[in-house]
Amino acid sequence: MTVSIPAPLRSYTAGQSDIPAEGPSLEAVLARLDHRYPGIRFRIITEQDTIRRHIRIFVNGEQVQNLALPVRPEDHIHIVCALSGG
Amino acid sequence: MPRPTKPTVRQPATGSVALLIGTRKGAFMLRGDRARRTWKLSAPMFLGHIVHHMVLDPRNRRTLLMAASTGHLGPTIFRSTDLGKTWKETSKPPAFPKLPEGQKGRVVDHVFWLTPGHVSEAGTWYAGTSPQGLFRSTDDGVTWEPFSYINDDPQYREWMGTVQDGTPDGPKLHSILIDPRNPSHLYFAMSGGGVHESTDGGKTFASLIEGLDVVDGFDPATGTFHDPHCVRLCPSNPDRLYQQNHCGIYRLDRPSDKWVRIGKNMPKKVGDIGFPMVVHPRNLDTAWVFPMDGATVWPRVSPEGKPAAYMTRNAGRSWTRQDKGFPRSNAWWTVKRQAMTADAHEPVGLYFGTTSGEVWASRTGGANWTCLAQHLPEIYSVEVAELRR
Repeated sequence: MTVSIPAPLRSYTAGQSDIPAEGPSLEAVLARLDHRYPGIRFRIITEQDTIRRHIRIFVNGEQVQNLALPVRPEDHIHIVCALSGG
Repeated sequence: MPRPTKPTVRQPATGSVALLIGTRKGAFMLRGDRARRTWKLSAPMFLGHIVHHMVLDPRNRRTLLMAASTGHLGPTIFRSTDLGKTWKETSKPPAFPKLPEGQKGRVVDHVFWLTPGHVSEAGTWYAGTSPQGLFRSTDDGVTWEPFSYINDDPQYREWMGTVQDGTPDGPKLHSILIDPRNPSHLYFAMSGGGVHESTDGGKTFASLIEGLDVVDGFDPATGTFHDPHCVRLCPSNPDRLYQQNHCGIYRLDRPSDKWVRIGKNMPKKVGDIGFPMVVHPRNLDTAWVFPMDGATVWPRVSPEGKPAAYMTRNAGRSWTRQDKGFPRSNAWWTVKRQAMTADAHEPVGLYFGTTSGEVWASRTGGANWTCLAQHLPEIYSVEVAELRR
């Protein structure tokens, strides 16, 4: 599984744009991502476990809202920063 | 409240000064020499981040905290212990508690205000957020927890209102003030939601809104309608507070609980609306404001495009215009609530940043002004860091 990291978050991943990842659900993938890159999850997900207002997450091209969504090893997760003003 | 004690007056600072500048597009530092004559602007730090506040811990002159977010990403706090050369992110930023499924919990949009704790409580910091939340760190800003009960108290939540009730970029908790004589005595203010005081280390708070005006037609006895813009405590006598409010300029002399509207003594054509409030480090009768146009639709620019600070030397009984060095016309900017401050030198240095990205300074207590920097992004905050004694 690969997670695509948008440019504003690559300070956490030492500039890497595509991170190999694993986990049974989107939530688990994000938790492991945060374990590896501390702090990255809170920039994407609120304390109420909702995706932040100007962030979008796609799994295999489909936009998702549910963090409990099961994911498979062959899936591609894409984190996108939506337009948020000038 | 605690029994008043004899004021303590600090000796003037003599070391060099740095200005910590938070902007809508990153942070900057202006480092001055000991004479405060020459200044050097740093490269941008966290370019593109929205930096609401950056504060150096005056207790150790080492820990520098920066409240940051971006248009996309969630809020956080960055820490530096080498005056901004390197930064690390806090491992647990301020966040409201996660509520059970089905209940709507609050989300911190941005950290707005940072206050170092009492000198006897090394490593303690307080933070105010938007929407209104009060948080504390006891490990020098590494981790943050909700502080006190007010974030979830039904009465306080009613006074806080919703996000739509607040200022255009969100309602805010700010002006967290610690009594230098007593770490358990603190104040905070909310826009909106009023001014509040605790004398037991945050176990309980009481409203402090008597004497404050509200917008016509609303009940001044209800915290919801109060919009303090900036509250300052006099270092030379913590029993005196000054406040710039949405509805005027006020002074409070404890143990009284009633604010006095000293802004009524401002020139009528200028009015007493503005954001910042600055107090003299050693003279409790001297304070400064930077008025803005609060008429009609609230343009929030210098009245008539002619910027000026106003100083009182007699606790607000009269005010003196200070505009020497400023543009004489067509200067349509203003100064936000965290963007004006004073150093501890003699004579006192005053500094502010504008919504148009200029930094201005006076080494003469406001008698004349010099522009130190131009073309920065919109400035949200300016704080003084006294670097050496």
